[in-house]
Amino acid sequence: MDNEPILLDSVRMARFVARGSLRLDAVVPADLNAEALTVLAQEVPPVPYGTPLARAYAPDSFPARLLAVPQVAGALRSLVGPGPLVDHHAVHVREPRGGDAQPLHADAIIDVRPDAFDVQLMYYPQEVTLEMGGTLSVPGSHLRRTNETDTGRYQNLRGQDRLVCPAGTVVFVHHGLWHGGRRNDSDTTRYMFKIRFNPTVRQRLLWDTSDLHDPRVRAELDVHFPWYEQATGRLERYNRALLWRELTGDPDFDLDHWVTRVSNRPQEATA
Amino acid sequence: MTADPRTDTAPAPVLRQQVLVLYLSTSALDSEVLGWSRYDGTGRTSPTTGDGAEPPYGTGLDALKDGWRLIQAAQLLPPHPGHEYDVSFLKHEFFLERIERIERVEDPRTGA
Repeated sequence: MDNEPILLDSVRMARFVARGSLRLDAVVPADLNAEALTVLAQEVPPVPYGTPLARAYAPDSFPARLLAVPQVAGALRSLVGPGPLVDHHAVHVREPRGGDAQPLHADAIIDVRPDAFDVQLMYYPQEVTLEMGGTLSVPGSHLRRTNETDTGRYQNLRGQDRLVCPAGTVVFVHHGLWHGGRRNDSDTTRYMFKIRFNPTVRQRLLWDTSDLHDPRVRAELDVHFPWYEQATGRLERYNRALLWRELTGDPDFDLDHWVTRVSNRPQEATA
Repeated sequence: MTADPRTDTAPAPVLRQQVLVLYLSTSALDSEVLGWSRYDGTGRTSPTTGDGAEPPYGTGLDALKDGWRLIQAAQLLPPHPGHEYDVSFLKHEFFLERIERIERVEDPRTGA
């Protein structure tokens, strides 16, 4: 088996920039998923904040083998580059018919870095049904400048994603994405393993860029989400264009002239 | 002597507030519903995060037609200078209420 990381292409990277998340369905093998249910039930020993990934987990440990899955390793490298730091990790357990839904939130504290981002890996070792209360997330919410649970008043937004997925699914989310664990209304305990990563290199062209000029890249970046207000939806495109400029180093990239138009301040006098 | 109807044995109606928060596409109350939250003072339902896929009404006006009463609308505030292109909270938030009659009062602290 070829264990080389499988990098994201530009279309998938653009999807991440627009949605604030990237979903890899059933990429983790069944034997690792089965092992995970035992490992996660016993917790995973914590690592100090900011531990280099290479030193965070023993090579034969469960987290190390999860992160070696080629699609997982490739997505992580595409998003934050080589040698990231492990910010922290956590096992989330939703007991059967127990607990409340989390309020909608972004993790940590408000984080408005325009040219860098952390990612969080969310791994689901078992099939997640709607009843099991999979993670709720709001596509395209990651660039909104809000602080943690200040968004808790929002219960439902059109186009929200109530995760339903096959076993072995991994989702990478941008640090700003609004999300929350839903109430588990099933008879099955639900597990999720989360690891937050901090980049240590500039996040520029770290993915497979051979399709950088594919028209689907622009289409992904220009997507509209149903919960966007009419006017603010335009600002979302503006901010996405700026992020894509940072990630590609292309200072002229734009979507429908949104950035270019309002940056135009000619200084030349008439002849 | 005539009986005072106010001192009759029939219990006074017990009223509780239900709150519906709608997030609309523009500042107009008749624009499209994009988000919604509910709080039920009767205790009959327990709305929570992520419990629905479809909005209860198509527009804010549709909620009025169904008996909800508007009690607060978000102000229209100009962007803070230098932050005109920032995105943050949903802008067009409308609070509505409905008063419901309930039969029996439970102590919210004990549930009894």
